[in-house]
Formats: sequence, structure tokens, C-alpha cells
Amino acid sequence: MSESVKTAPARTPVYAFCGNPNCGKSTLFNALTGLKQKVGNYPGVTVEKKIGETYSQHGHAIKVIDLPGAYSLAARSPDEAVLRDVLLGRRADTPQPDRIVCIADATNLERNLYLVHQILDLGRPVILVLNMMDLAAKAGIEVRIDRLEKELGIPVIPCEAVNGKGLIQLRLAMSRADLPLPRHSWDIPAPIAPAVSELAASLHEIDGKAPLIARAEALLLLTDQDAVRVAGSTTLSDQTTRILKQWQKRWEKEDMDWAGTLVNSRYDSIGRISSAAVIRRDIHVPSVSDRIDEVVTHPLWGWLVLGGVMTLLFLSIFSFAEAPMNWIGDRTAALSDWVKHVMPEGDLRNLITDGAIGGVGSVVTFLPQILILFFFMGLLESTGYMARAAFIMDRLMSRVGLNGKSFIPLLSSYACAIPGIMATRTIENAKDRLVTILVAPLMSCSARLPVYILMIAALLPNGRASILTKVGIMVLMYALGTVGAFGFAWLFKRTLLKGEPPIMIMELPPYRLPAVRDVVFHMIERAWIFLKRAGTVILGISILLWFLSAYPKAPHNATPTQQLEQSFAGRAGRVLEPVIKPIGFDWEIGIGLISSFAAREVFVSTMGVVFNAEHSEEDTSPLRKAMLDAKWPDGRALFTPLVCFTLMIFYVFAMQCASTVAVVRRETNSWRWPLFQIAYMTSTAWVLSLIVYQGGRLLGF
Amino acid sequence: MTAVKLSELPIGASAKIREMPKQGASFLRLREMGLSPGVTIQLIRAAPLGDPLEIKVRGYHLTLRKADAEQIAIES
Repeated sequence: MSESVKTAPARTPVYAFCGNPNCGKSTLFNALTGLKQKVGNYPGVTVEKKIGETYSQHGHAIKVIDLPGAYSLAARSPDEAVLRDVLLGRRADTPQPDRIVCIADATNLERNLYLVHQILDLGRPVILVLNMMDLAAKAGIEVRIDRLEKELGIPVIPCEAVNGKGLIQLRLAMSRADLPLPRHSWDIPAPIAPAVSELAASLHEIDGKAPLIARAEALLLLTDQDAVRVAGSTTLSDQTTRILKQWQKRWEKEDMDWAGTLVNSRYDSIGRISSAAVIRRDIHVPSVSDRIDEVVTHPLWGWLVLGGVMTLLFLSIFSFAEAPMNWIGDRTAALSDWVKHVMPEGDLRNLITDGAIGGVGSVVTFLPQILILFFFMGLLESTGYMARAAFIMDRLMSRVGLNGKSFIPLLSSYACAIPGIMATRTIENAKDRLVTILVAPLMSCSARLPVYILMIAALLPNGRASILTKVGIMVLMYALGTVGAFGFAWLFKRTLLKGEPPIMIMELPPYRLPAVRDVVFHMIERAWIFLKRAGTVILGISILLWFLSAYPKAPHNATPTQQLEQSFAGRAGRVLEPVIKPIGFDWEIGIGLISSFAAREVFVSTMGVVFNAEHSEEDTSPLRKAMLDAKWPDGRALFTPLVCFTLMIFYVFAMQCASTVAVVRRETNSWRWPLFQIAYMTSTAWVLSLIVYQGGRLLGF
Repeated sequence: MTAVKLSELPIGASAKIREMPKQGASFLRLREMGLSPGVTIQLIRAAPLGDPLEIKVRGYHLTLRKADAEQIAIES
């Protein structure tokens, strides 16, 4: 009886999606899972973990893991290492997939099949999806699906993910209870075969790996010359290491290039498969992509296009973001007013309005900018232009020891360091990525702009200076930050994070129309991460800052200025004064520096409270006047032109943004780097301010 | 006969790869990206500042630094 009842699967089957970068894997994943996605991080590394859910044709749930794009299981980047470890069942936090869906770009089959070929070695059920069949047909490439299925022994599904074609067939294949195991065999070159079996036996018996996993690992150990890198967190047993070393020594004596031989024989096998399954008609018309590249990477036009794209990016950030930013500003003010209206006066009300709403509001205001930046970066990535920008800028970036891929993250940091730092994930080399993260906040972000504007206005009261001087000072600040960023990148690459010279092996994918849906998905994911991470930290810091400025309470009837003066923040400012006096700042400015931790622009509103000046965003003249009237106790003017200038220098270099600290903590997975960043940037700011201020005084300013 | 290097190939010209260096992390990756001896590659262009280079291999476009290209021997 019970035998006739079909038992439901014991657990939801887990599928892994794998493929080269740019093969359309994310589009397929999004199309299949829709909004049923969970985005997180693989613990211990900063690689995005995406798990989605879809349904089989019978309505059973299927779990899908979207693994990061990779070219090979011989991993070279954290992304690729995650792919390898999940497929080999090394990650405790991720179930080893029951079945694997490999996605390959049909226009570029040979190279895409390299990873597929490695994955077939694992002996698990695999479905091969050939994506971009339409583009392949246009390029004169015809893939005979039946032949490919016969050669590989697995289901092959032609697909156009962007147009939604082939999805039903894929779902049907994923619903099959009886996926065939790959009938895939390739001839491991004769001189290497005994080493593979010996290593595999040892990995199976001593290291306790499953037989097929052991064989795949043996092949990886022989492909990559760095055994430690291959082993990842799972260290090899002594016996396995000994066997590996013995073979390597022997081959070295024989002058045998074992790694190369293995890779070549794999490609030979792929060549045989593809010559049986692919018919190529030569099309001699240059493709659209080639023609676009002739302009975009042209020695002259290339720069103009790059400049144009970047100008457009910044124009749209500052113009499109303005209306929503004002709207958010108005809404938070309205919310604050509403709370003031409905709640009785008291500390709790002030905590909510001034602490929580005010603080979080000042950060959420930046959300439109961040969204636009993420959208633009997604667009550049999706169309293929990002790779061209890296190609053009690589030479310049190599001067400081980085590669072209650091360019876009650094550039985005002019708007806001947060999306810039989050965009560094495209940099494969861990050290290059870290250096880029460390210097990104030196690029003058838009939160510094209100501070610069106020200081320039205070430095050059109206009528005395031409607009040109003002613009000149502004440009100088941006230039200082940029030079600082490159200087420190150069320094870090030579000292702290010395490593192999960065390689610039990068695919230039053909230009494609952007997959707007994927770009929007990605943008929302990123923005959500920002809100979750930065938002919580900011809420905490805002409340702390509010508390520091609201307590201890001044006697009744005290003005806000008096209250701030005798609050903890005011006292902290006084404690800070001995440190900042040498650079010309008093305790009142000290309060401003402390409050800048919520966001640098908060400096302006803090100064408004400190000097008891009513001002608005459009018109800072009352505040300016109040600042110019401010005096040291001995009657000297506080905001001399030299102090204003020094203050700007300090803001260029100091690390003051709590949101950035939170994001760096997340992206580097430790407190060490954000703390180091605070230390090196702020001490540089202090030293440079000291030089400028004391030097300026000596020169009689 | 001295070996011709990939970096010496004129722009637009094609050639077969003769030999890849055995050592070096970047060469393993280049092999895995399909640069095997006997494969025809075409030098498409150099970046506006002269480095890196863009080549076409197995039907797709790839960039590599000049310093790496100098160590790849091609058949003349």
C-alpha cells in the first residue's frame, strides 16, 4: 500500500545557478524567482549570497542559489572561491546543491564551456542553459542542441533570458525527477593521470572527501600552483600535501608544464565537443559592438565619451536628486512638527524629534543620490560600458598600483563614499579592493559641499571676492582630496598592502541593451542594505548625539545656545579644545566636529545652534554674520579667513561619517579597517591643518 | 630565430599562440580564459594611453597588460 503512494521529496531540492560573468545568469535568476529572493552575505567574506524560491511544474517549491559569476573553479577572487566552496560542499552555511544549472553564453561557447566542463567533473546532475541564442544566431553561430546533449549527456536548453524565452523548458527540466548524470569523460593527459588518481585516493581516504569531489579537488590542486589557495579553509592532510609535492618535484625535474597541460587538454576536449555541435558561418561585417568600441575606446573620442558619461552622471545626481531630497527634508520636518503637535513637551518628544527623526532624516536625505548612483552604475555595468571605462583608465590607475576597476568606485565617491565603497566588490584582488575602500572617503562627497560653501562664504564676505576666487577655492578642495586619495593609495600599495602587481585580465563583453529590470532590482537591494546597515548605526548615533547635547539640563528658560554650551557635547568640545587649539579651532567648532559624525553637513546646523543664528538652507547670511562676530575669550576673532580655510582642509581629509564607517565595517568584515581609516584620515587632517594654520600665521595671515 | 612576442603584433593582425609562460598567476588565468598554444588571436587595439591591450580570442574580447603580453610567444 504505502509503496504505491508517491512520497513527497524529503526536503526542498536545492539548485545552484552557475556561469561566467556576463552570461545573463542574474536575468535568468530574476525571471525565475521574481521577488522571492533573499539577499545577504556569505559569512566571513563579502560576497553577495542570493537565494530565491521558485516552483516546479507540479507546484513543488524549489530552492535556487544564485552563485557568483566565475570563469573557473581554480578560484582567483573571493567570488570565485565561494562558487568553488559551495559546489564542493565546503561551506557549512550553504547546503550543497543537489543539482546544478550551468548558464552559458551561446555567442561565446568555448570559454563558457570551460567552467561547465569543470563542473561536469563533479558528477552531479547538471542542466546546461544556452543563453543569448538570438545573439548567437545574429553572429552566425548555430548550436545543434541535440548534438550537444549527446556529447555531454545532459539536458541542454536554448534560452533568451532577456525575452523570457526558454524559461518554461527550463522549469520543466528542473521539475524532472530523473535528471541523467553527465556521461562526461575526458582524457586526463597520460603523464598526469596517475597523479590525479593518487591524489584523489588520498583525498578520499585520508581527507574524507566523497570520491568525485576528491577527484575534482585533485584536478584543482594540479591546475592552480597555490595549494593553500585551492584548499581554502579546509587544510590538506600531510599525506596529500606530500603526494602533491612529490609529483610537482618530479615534473619540475622533467621540465613538465603540468598545469598548462591540464588546461590545454580540457580545452582540447571542449574543442571536440564544440566542433561537433557548433556550426559557424563567418560574418565579415564588423558587429555593432566593434563599431561602438571604435569610438568609445578611441584615443580622442574615448576620453570625450568618458567625460560625457561622467558629467551626465553627476548632473543627474545633482539635478534629479534635488527634488526628492527636498521632499524628504520637508517630510521629515513635517513629521517632526506633527510629533511636536501631538505629544506633550518633554525629553521624550525632543528625543523623537531632534534625535531620531532629525538624525535619521539627515541621512535618508542622501538616499535619492545613492539610488541614482546605484542605478547609473548598474546601467554602466549592464550595458558593458563599465569594462570600457576600466580599460581606458587602467594606465592611469596603474601609476598608483591599482587597476582600472578602481576608477568607477572612486569616481562615485565624489557623490557619496557609500555607493563607491559598495561598488568595490567588482575588484577581484582583495588588496586592491581594500586600498580602494580605504581611500574612497577622501574624495570630496556631496555632504562636504554645504560645509565648503559656508566656509567660503565666511572666508570671503560678499563684494570683496570674485566668483572666480570662490570657485577656485572649491576646486582646490576637490583637487586636494583627489591627490590625497591617490597619494595614499600609492603609499598603501607600497607598504601596508603590498602585493603582486594587479592583473588586468578582463573580458570586454559585447554592448547590450541594459536589462532595466535587473538594474532596478540591484539598485533596490543595494539601497536596502544601505538603509539597514547605515540606518541602524545612524539611529544609534543620532540618539547618542542628541543625548550628549540635551544633557545635563540647563536651568529653566535657558536658550538653546546656553543649553548646548553646558551639555555633555559642549563639555566634550572643551575637552577637545587643547587638541584642536593648535589648528585654530575652539570648543564651539569642536562641537561641530563631533556632530559631523551623523553626517558632515550637520556641521552647518550645529553652528546655527552654537551661535544662535536662525538660518535656512537658501540663506546662510545670518549664520555667517554670527560666525564672523564670534570671538575667542581674549577678543580675537574666531573665524579668521585662515581658520575658515584650515577648517575646510580638515573636512577634506578627516573621516567623520558614521554611515561610511558602518559600511566599511560591513564590506571589510572587521572593525580593524574602519578604525584604521578613522585614524589615518583624521590624523592626516590634523597634521595638514596644523601646517596650514601655523604656516599661515607665520606668513602673517 | 627569436620568438615574436604578442606585444609586438601590429594592431589588427592575427597570429597563433606558440607558447605560454609556465609560471605566474596571470598566465594560468589567461590559459583558462582560452589562450592555449595553437589558438589564433587577433590584436584589436591598445587602450588610449597605450596599455592595456585588447585581443580577440575564441570569439570574444579580452584585455591584458602589455607586461603580460611581452611574455607570450606567438608564431610569426
